[in-house]
Amino acid sequence: MNTMLNLYTRRRIVNAVGLSVSVLAMLFGLFWLCWILLTLLDHGLPALTPVVFAQMTPPPGNSGGLLNAIAGSVMMTVVGTLIGTPIGILAGTYLAEFGQRGWMAPLTRFINDVLLSAPSIVIGLFVYEMYVVRVRHFSGWAGAFALSILVIPVVIRTTENMLRLVPSTLREAAAALGAPQWKVINFVTLRAARAGIITGVMLAVARISGETAPLLFTALNNQFWSSNMSQPMANLPVVIFQFAMSPYDDWQKLAWAGALLITLSVLTLNILARVLFRQNATTH
Amino acid sequence: MNIESITNPKIIIKDLNFYYGNFRALKDINLSIAEKMVTAFIGPSGCGKSTLLRTFNRMYQLYPKQKATGEILLDGANILDSKQDLNMLRAKIGMVFQKPTPFPMSIYDNIAFGVKLYESLSKHDMEARVEWALRKAALWAEVKDKLKQSGTGLSGGQQQRLCIARAIAVKPQVLLLDEPTSALDPISTAHIEKLIDELKEDFTIVIVTHNMQQAARISDYTAYMYLGDLIELGETSSVFTNPKRKETEDYITGRFG
Repeated sequence: MNTMLNLYTRRRIVNAVGLSVSVLAMLFGLFWLCWILLTLLDHGLPALTPVVFAQMTPPPGNSGGLLNAIAGSVMMTVVGTLIGTPIGILAGTYLAEFGQRGWMAPLTRFINDVLLSAPSIVIGLFVYEMYVVRVRHFSGWAGAFALSILVIPVVIRTTENMLRLVPSTLREAAAALGAPQWKVINFVTLRAARAGIITGVMLAVARISGETAPLLFTALNNQFWSSNMSQPMANLPVVIFQFAMSPYDDWQKLAWAGALLITLSVLTLNILARVLFRQNATTH
Repeated sequence: MNIESITNPKIIIKDLNFYYGNFRALKDINLSIAEKMVTAFIGPSGCGKSTLLRTFNRMYQLYPKQKATGEILLDGANILDSKQDLNMLRAKIGMVFQKPTPFPMSIYDNIAFGVKLYESLSKHDMEARVEWALRKAALWAEVKDKLKQSGTGLSGGQQQRLCIARAIAVKPQVLLLDEPTSALDPISTAHIEKLIDELKEDFTIVIVTHNMQQAARISDYTAYMYLGDLIELGETSSVFTNPKRKETEDYITGRFG
């Protein structure tokens, strides 16, 4: 009886210690996150005026907005996503559905893992070498290409993972009806994994919308309005980088506004992705 | 009882061996499946009954390390022959799985999916076919007003009947049922058993079941398997009341397994 009591007391203590350590670790992480968010809101909100959405980036010492940078960021992100997503989904489908035999799939998976954790500045330098140097000027296309290279590994990884979550009995059921493999994949497995894959794409968009390094070497910046992707293009991350480092008060304020904008849009995308994924999880 | 005493065989299996990699899961199986009858495979877990069922539509071909040797004759033609077209084979032999597997699409499309693989029907004919299949599967009354809703929203028992409807919509000759009721509650199970009894008028049915009472209730012939061997095949009534082999008797009287 005594030993039983001792056992229970011990378990209770171990449980209490484990729980406290976990909660402390959680609070530690949350603390910095909240601090960053609060600072961002503190400096960004006052700077986030309608002018930010109406005017172009100003010359030093003048007031202005971020319109050209917002537009440039949106354009390059959209093009980057449009290029990267189909490649990522197709490659991920290959890995999940055809990757059981041979050496191609394991090799691709390994390279993809490397690409997934490659520093984005390396991607920027790569596109700089391969594209910018050859055409001899920075451009929005180069920026979009660099972003698409960042999108691909994220989408490959989520597509493969989501397809693997589809129970093999569903594949068997479709095959048992006599459906050829391409129909099984197109109409059954990809469809079953749809919400997860869309979530992955949204997370990829969230990731690239804050990337500075790859754009610094590719799209560079543009002080004026430009919707020509063949020319240097303004974008939020590089503008933030440039303005935050400057001694000018107006520029610094705009940098805070830009930082808040990016954070809010990434936050929105993440929340959307989660809501979408959860909705799907309950219906399947 | 031996193979020859089944007078109207739909499927004849000769010297069938099956391998998962190097593991021999089926050993020299010889067996006949009677046309428009219900044949049940029973036996303890791992005896090879599901494996045997999955050779009839060559389901194992999805997995590179599995292979079968021997002959399975469907109306006299060897379906293990590499010249046999896999999709045409599966048009003739439908399958329903242990867990309900509705596709992530509407109830209507779940059924139309298989039909579209083989026939191009007009919208009207397709609607008629979907209704026919759902009626056959005793599901029509419950879903006729929500054909456009997702098949995944149905209850487990309804989903399983949807899968049966999907399989028979293609108008196969043989229906393979792999423990179709083991994930269902007793009422849904009763529904499906009644359905099987009706379906055998049109289809040759092979069912794998863990539930011996179920085999006794619904099957005409019963095959008892153990560790990859076919121990005994006979008319269900005689297998359960007067088994020829000691092993069968031990299993059905619950002495093991």
